[in-house]
Amino acid sequence: MSEHHHKETFVTKYIFSQDHKMISKQFLVTGIFMGIIGVLMSMLFRLQIAWPEKSFTIVEAFLGSHQTDGIMDPDMYLALVTIHGTIMVFFVLTAGLSGTFSNLLIPLQIGARDMASGFLNMISYWLFFVSSVIMLVSLFVEAGPASAGWTIYPPLSALPQAIPGSGMGMTLWLVSMAIFVASSLIGSLNYIVTIINLRTKGMKMTRLPLTMWAFFITAIIGVVSFPVLLSAVLLLIFDRSFGTSFYLSDIFISGEVLHYQGGSPVLFEHLFWFLGHPEVYIVLLPALGLTSEIISTNSRKPIFGYRAMIGSIMAIAFLSTIVWGHHMFISGMNPFLGSVFTFTTLLIAIPSAVKAFNYITTLWKGNLQLNPAMLFSIGLVSTFVTGGLTGLVLGDSALDINIHDTYFVVAHFHLVMGVSAILGMFAGVYHWFPKMYGKMMNKTLGYWHFWVTIIAAYGVFFPMHFVGLAGLPRRYYTNTNFPMFDDLANINVFMTVFALIGGLGQLIFLANFFISIYRGKTATQNPWKANTLDWTTPVEHIHGNWPGKIPEVHRWAYDYSKVDENGEYVHGEDFVLQTTPLKDGETPS
Amino acid sequence: MLALFYIFIAVAIGVSFWQITRILNLREVIATDKDNDTQGKIFLVFGAALYALMIYCLIAMNVIMLPEAASIEGEHDDLLFNITFWLIGIVQFIMQFVLFFFTFKYRGKKGNKALFYADSHTLELIWTITPAVVLVGLIGYGMWQWNNMTDFSEDGAVIIEVYSKQFQWEARYAGEDNTLGLGNVNYIKGINTMGVDMSDLNSQDDKKVTEIHLPKGRKVVFKFRSQDVLHSAYMPHFRAQMNCVPGMVTEFAFTPKYTTEEMRVQEEVVAKTDGINKIRKANGEDEMYVFDYVLLCNKICGASHYNMQMKIVVEEEEAYNKWIAEQPTLASIIK
Repeated sequence: MSEHHHKETFVTKYIFSQDHKMISKQFLVTGIFMGIIGVLMSMLFRLQIAWPEKSFTIVEAFLGSHQTDGIMDPDMYLALVTIHGTIMVFFVLTAGLSGTFSNLLIPLQIGARDMASGFLNMISYWLFFVSSVIMLVSLFVEAGPASAGWTIYPPLSALPQAIPGSGMGMTLWLVSMAIFVASSLIGSLNYIVTIINLRTKGMKMTRLPLTMWAFFITAIIGVVSFPVLLSAVLLLIFDRSFGTSFYLSDIFISGEVLHYQGGSPVLFEHLFWFLGHPEVYIVLLPALGLTSEIISTNSRKPIFGYRAMIGSIMAIAFLSTIVWGHHMFISGMNPFLGSVFTFTTLLIAIPSAVKAFNYITTLWKGNLQLNPAMLFSIGLVSTFVTGGLTGLVLGDSALDINIHDTYFVVAHFHLVMGVSAILGMFAGVYHWFPKMYGKMMNKTLGYWHFWVTIIAAYGVFFPMHFVGLAGLPRRYYTNTNFPMFDDLANINVFMTVFALIGGLGQLIFLANFFISIYRGKTATQNPWKANTLDWTTPVEHIHGNWPGKIPEVHRWAYDYSKVDENGEYVHGEDFVLQTTPLKDGETPS
Repeated sequence: MLALFYIFIAVAIGVSFWQITRILNLREVIATDKDNDTQGKIFLVFGAALYALMIYCLIAMNVIMLPEAASIEGEHDDLLFNITFWLIGIVQFIMQFVLFFFTFKYRGKKGNKALFYADSHTLELIWTITPAVVLVGLIGYGMWQWNNMTDFSEDGAVIIEVYSKQFQWEARYAGEDNTLGLGNVNYIKGINTMGVDMSDLNSQDDKKVTEIHLPKGRKVVFKFRSQDVLHSAYMPHFRAQMNCVPGMVTEFAFTPKYTTEEMRVQEEVVAKTDGINKIRKANGEDEMYVFDYVLLCNKICGASHYNMQMKIVVEEEEAYNKWIAEQPTLASIIK
């Protein structure tokens, strides 16, 4: 890999590239594209929630045969909710976030010339691309796309008689997800192998930046849990197409008894949530990793409690694989299991609290450089706390009973994993844009983008908790059939207005992103004065990352503002690159 | 309202494009002292605004929330919820304040030196152990209450089967013998819509009804079945919910505490009802809302998921007995 002068054509450079930096950009741009679609869908269904069964030209324009006179059909409402969830969780926040930054940063921050297998890395992207295309194609199927909710619980997802979206749309959904899982597994294996084997000289595990730790652990959870989703999907495909009864039993629909005997939907729920819950952390941990780095750099301070942070990442990862049952307190599983899952679930609050406290202590007595990336990181801490705290309510089986599947849940997970992860992703884009494109993004637009986004996020999701506490179930096409919810109409309008503002506000980001690629100011090598190895590579991308030898590492990544006994910076500046050798008499931190 | 909104969006888009082209000509890319100062202050203002939003929601939205639990088991649910909510509320207010205040207070300036402070085991121990201790309390109370509410023993209880299908609820009472007859989808035929096995002796005195009546103060054990897809029987006023799963029977139980009539004059309910009726009047609705207990579907089940409901009436024992006696037995209607 060290020979970086073999001939490149347009195809090998931009399309079937095996260079991790190009692949990361491919993931990012695909993720952004899917994100636009996901957000547009949410804006459409928010219109229906706020102004039920009112005619909208925009609905008429977008939904074709799935609307009547600009009013969306109930089936289509469910389809939009389903595909919005699927796209945002898997295509944007898993592939778009992890795929982008694991690929970009792992080789750069551990000091490797590329991923362990550039070829598999390329395959991983192209499988993701194919699965995205299939998911998008499913939107144009005549009976509509999958519409059983992103959790696709059978029997609803297994029987086209139950909902039209469970026909061809569901088949494509399942095929798309199976390919997606393959992509994700190949990617994760590559990340794990690379981090274990390709660290440069001196880069001990205890000197890895927290981003690396987060990506490493995330990849491990992915490898542990994604195959279970694949098996759930495969069994569902069997039930749908080959007449097996893994999940189905005793069903009477459209006037006839179906042949299924002995299966149980609860089995599917177990399999699904065995991925589904770790998935939350697959989404969140990379975002936390990115912000750990950004907060430390921009505070000009070491991250507080480096080892505690690693410990809490590991604890969260471990616990995340034994809490899936808290999605199933009311599924009909044995109540005793409810107690067990309540116990493990609430334990997660401890490492999560440690992380939040450590972030805040990192800010304390810092010299905060409030760059856009830093704003987004602080925003992440804020929404992570707000959303995380309500987890104490939902994780408690006794309380979950009454708010399960209400808007309280929607508010909780949107804040804690949706908004937080997307803020982390934006932070990462603003911070590492110079590494990706050799250009800087516009600062002022970055500020505007942040403030619009965070205000909209709170405007939508904070009042939503109370709508849930009023007892309103999620995934209702309209609540006008229940007069007891009539007093929620104004709040629904309020939330929709903020959702539309937030959605449109992302145009600022898109403009900034794409224009900066071409017109942005040329970046310097280390614009944020950071310590990690990625900032020692040249601005212009080269194959193999470093010209000449790979640098050697002599210290951890967080020697910011390190002073000697006279209060002077040890190395003359408030940052010390990991490649700087220890001075005589300097104690390693 | 809507037209105004469209105009607002159009203006916003126009202004943003104009601003974006203007801003893109600015070439500064890294935060200066001035930016740090401005953004730090904005964070403080944002923190205040967030506080205002939170306080407003907590106070003004009280009236729209569910009234106090209408079941005896639900009392501890409400108490546990209040304890948890106060706790997370306090933590939320403190954490957000500290976060935004630090951002403001330590906003960067050239020449300022950050404090090299990498670790403190004491601090870390404090904020590992404090949440752990608090959680032990919450988990303990939560588990005790969970045990309490998942006691489905049937001595002297009213036994009711709640049967779900796209997009309708049905219900069956266990009758004189207080034992439900067996049921399976294979028996569904004509008027026997719940698939009750009429060869089972226990089925003969079962009673199929179109709305659920419950006696105040007696425990009710619900048995849930589903005919097609997953549904979820959600009775928010009683703090009760359980999925209906095809192929299995699930259970839930509670003891109603207030009759429908008592609930209608309860303070919180009156306030909520008044609010709703004010809105209904403004919308030109003729029919005014009166409080009723309701059973909703809370698991996505198809196109009309949003319209799957059944009325529940809680009444005094005598009234209930009178009502149940009037319901025909299955044997008398299914020949």
